[in-house]
Amino acid sequence: MKYIRFFIMGILFGVILSKSEVISWFRIQEMFRFQSIHMYGVIGTAVITGILVIQFIKRTKMKDAQGQFIQVVEQEPGWPRNILGGTIFGLGWAMTGACPGPLFILVGHQGWVFLIPLVGAVLGTFTYGMLRSKLPH
Amino acid sequence: MNKVIEFIQQPWPWWVSGPLIAYVMFSLLYFGKGFGLSTNFKTVCNILGADKLSDFFKFDWRDQIWNLMFIAGAIVGGFIAAHYLTPSQVVDISPKTIADLQAIGIAHPGATYEPPEIFSPENVWSLRSMIFLLLGGFFVGFGTRYANGCTSGHAISGLSNLQKWSLVAVVGFFIGGLAMTHLILPYLMKI
Repeated sequence: MKYIRFFIMGILFGVILSKSEVISWFRIQEMFRFQSIHMYGVIGTAVITGILVIQFIKRTKMKDAQGQFIQVVEQEPGWPRNILGGTIFGLGWAMTGACPGPLFILVGHQGWVFLIPLVGAVLGTFTYGMLRSKLPH
Repeated sequence: MNKVIEFIQQPWPWWVSGPLIAYVMFSLLYFGKGFGLSTNFKTVCNILGADKLSDFFKFDWRDQIWNLMFIAGAIVGGFIAAHYLTPSQVVDISPKTIADLQAIGIAHPGATYEPPEIFSPENVWSLRSMIFLLLGGFFVGFGTRYANGCTSGHAISGLSNLQKWSLVAVVGFFIGGLAMTHLILPYLMKI
């Protein structure tokens, strides 16, 4: 079964974010109040390590498991979409205390209550898809 | 073996967690995939039939099975961590955060992963909890799709790839998060 490796990576991801308390509403509050290095340390060391990894991939023209050159996706340009979209997500991040990865992890960690924000997120995504042509990007 | 389990059962410091997250991103890239969790909401919309209503949702959801397997694993990982690897639910947050949150009506900040005032099953059907959970979730889904990424796609993958527009999106994340935390949250807690 070729998908089992992604399932295992997901377990690892869930354990890492649970054990480092990134999924905790309190840690997100502490971050948005600038009262601890914790979340900045997690994101900062992830990004610094990530920069080294991606520079290594690009400079060595590294190939993936199928022998293709590894492509790192370029993000979509545009001020309105990134600032407005980012701000709307930020409001939700501070309310639920979780970004999308932790919302899934919290279903396993805390239980069915976190199915409610997941329903909300699917509704939000659907609403964006329906309004997309009317929004500035 | 017991020593190893005891070691794992402590809270993990940030300098362990950050590089491990980058390792997960690298593993996905090595198997030809991009680290992006919010895409799964779009896939669920497609599976539920939204592709009949908007071209935005027209794609083959089978290309995203790997990502659905990843979140299935993440749910199992959360369960394993909570039930076998975390004997204490205390989150050691800053005394300043504890004082700030007590001032807006949260009795025991950091005593558990989540404040029971909002997230406990007894309180969850209140108007206040519905705003935090359902509307908060709605903003997460709407905003991540509008910005085309969340913390994994923009803050981790995008910044690691030195993407200017990811930095703009992350600035947006903080505009929204700071406005909610400092301006709106105290009023929501009074509902």
